[in-house]
Amino acid sequence: MPSGFPTALVLEQLLNGLQLGLMLFLLASGLTLVLGIMDVVNLAHGSLYMLGAYFAATLARATGSFWAGVALAVPATAVVGVLLEISVLRQVYTRDHLTQVLATFALILMFNEGVRMIWGPQALLLTVPQELARPVLLLPGLGYSAYRLFLIGVGAGLAALLFLLIHRTRLGMWVRAGASNRAMVQAMGVPIQRVFTVVFGMSAGLCAVAGGLLGPILAVQVGMGEEILILAFVVIVIGGIGSVKGALVGALLVGIVDTAGRALLPPLFMRLLPPEVASNLGPALASILIYLLMAAVLFLRPQGLFPVRT
Amino acid sequence: MRTRPILVSQARRTAMAAPQGVAGRRGLVAAGILLVGFPVLAEAFGWQFYLNLITRAMILGLACSGLNLVLGYGGLVSFGHATYYGLGAYTVAVLAREGIRAAWVVWPAGVLMAAFAALLIGAVCLRTRGLSFIMITLAFAQMVYYGVVSLKQYGGQDGLRAPRTDLGFPLGDVGLYYLTLLLLAACLGVLWRVVHARFGQALQAIRDNEARAVAIGFPAYPFQLVAFVLSGAITGLAGVLMAHHTQYVSPAMLAWPQSGAFLLMVILGGVGRFWGGVVGAAAMVALEETFHAATIHWQLPVGGVLLLVVLLAPRGLAGLLEGRPR
Repeated sequence: MPSGFPTALVLEQLLNGLQLGLMLFLLASGLTLVLGIMDVVNLAHGSLYMLGAYFAATLARATGSFWAGVALAVPATAVVGVLLEISVLRQVYTRDHLTQVLATFALILMFNEGVRMIWGPQALLLTVPQELARPVLLLPGLGYSAYRLFLIGVGAGLAALLFLLIHRTRLGMWVRAGASNRAMVQAMGVPIQRVFTVVFGMSAGLCAVAGGLLGPILAVQVGMGEEILILAFVVIVIGGIGSVKGALVGALLVGIVDTAGRALLPPLFMRLLPPEVASNLGPALASILIYLLMAAVLFLRPQGLFPVRT
Repeated sequence: MRTRPILVSQARRTAMAAPQGVAGRRGLVAAGILLVGFPVLAEAFGWQFYLNLITRAMILGLACSGLNLVLGYGGLVSFGHATYYGLGAYTVAVLAREGIRAAWVVWPAGVLMAAFAALLIGAVCLRTRGLSFIMITLAFAQMVYYGVVSLKQYGGQDGLRAPRTDLGFPLGDVGLYYLTLLLLAACLGVLWRVVHARFGQALQAIRDNEARAVAIGFPAYPFQLVAFVLSGAITGLAGVLMAHHTQYVSPAMLAWPQSGAFLLMVILGGVGRFWGGVVGAAAMVALEETFHAATIHWQLPVGGVLLLVVLLAPRGLAGLLEGRPR
């Protein structure tokens, strides 16, 4: 490590955090809308992410193109999402959250085992496409992964599109209204059930984008959905349930705090504390940083940073 | 304002569930006799495997009954009960590593450790409600989890061996079975008295309508905190027993999937039904073992059965056993 202030390291970690945050946003936006509009706790959201990644890896191999794989995985996962909504979620709308937790957990088990039966227990390989494999020189002395830059671009682009959709279209108006008061929206004659099916399919598609694009960075394997599901829930309770803006702010906060904490805290502790203490404390504190953040936010603002319902 | 309070079940608001009447009491006596007599049969027919399986189910049933006190009777969805379970278990293992093996010290220490953690965590978490409560209990559980993982001297990620403690006589598998049965019965007895006492009634009144309960003089916070600590202590005792059962503890015991598993077992058995925790844990263990023996893809049918239970038995398995709601 250079003796001075490691600007390049900090900048790199910020970009990594931004990249993780934007990918988390793709998952959290769908999760928060489903919870916000229909009040459904959908644990199977992570399974759709896993399925999207498996679809992308398989289709990429079949077509010989990473891009075709991801592009085809999105509609395929959206179709699975819509089928899931029609077959199971509709049955549990009117039930309490705990029942939904049990039902969607059952789905996790079935998805995981189904994937294991079809694709086997080994992780699939999804490689970074050739054209993005080389690092880009951002500043003198700071080379950064072209692929991660691409992820930042896609994440930011999709976030912008989603905001246009939510704030500038009729569907978006219904979605926002549905999140703040479903009964009233229904009474006004909005086909809330159809809106929800569309939102659910869309959120499944976004899961596939995140799954396919993160495939080359993380491993495509059974159970990959659960870890990230917890992060997505952390994001939406920080942001405020039902709020897309909250999901974006929450995702960026979690992404940057988590990445920066993991990269910067251990070396910092190594300098300040005796090594045997630092080697234990640094990683532990880095891991709990986002949970500290969530606990603090919830303690001060139980409804999250951008509450939808008043 | 939305009319449906978040995370509070409508279906659960039925009368208190208990094996009432002659049939329920007969069933309980029969189950008791079977459980007391089982090790004799196991010895005679070489059912060692099932002896251990039932011990495991009883320990998990104890943990779930502890959770059900806050979840079912308190209406508080704790997504962090693995913390108390794991702390109870780790207390056994860590004390054994330090050379303290007397059960009279280790067991109460495990329970007190869990209760103390529940007191600290509950004191903060109980200031929130609904989904916030779920996530904040998860947050604290994750903090404790990563804290335990970072204890390199006690195994870190790999966990720790936990030799059985000394009761003055060697504790074999049959001994542990009876001890577990005894403690389960004792704890269920305590829980039965608690939920039927004024304290338990107040707790349920707060669950059903907090504003009204407060107005008639039952402040939510102290009642819920006491219930939370008692719940944590019982789950901690289950952890102590599990450390003896497996003779090994690992950070996975404190991780969120374990908390989720406890929640699922209670939901499966019946939230807020007295036998919900025990029935749910036994059903989950039986389900997993049955399909595990039949196929390597056992999770698929387990998921299918869970889904069917959700769709067909809204009140959980204990609800089914009890018949119509009163």
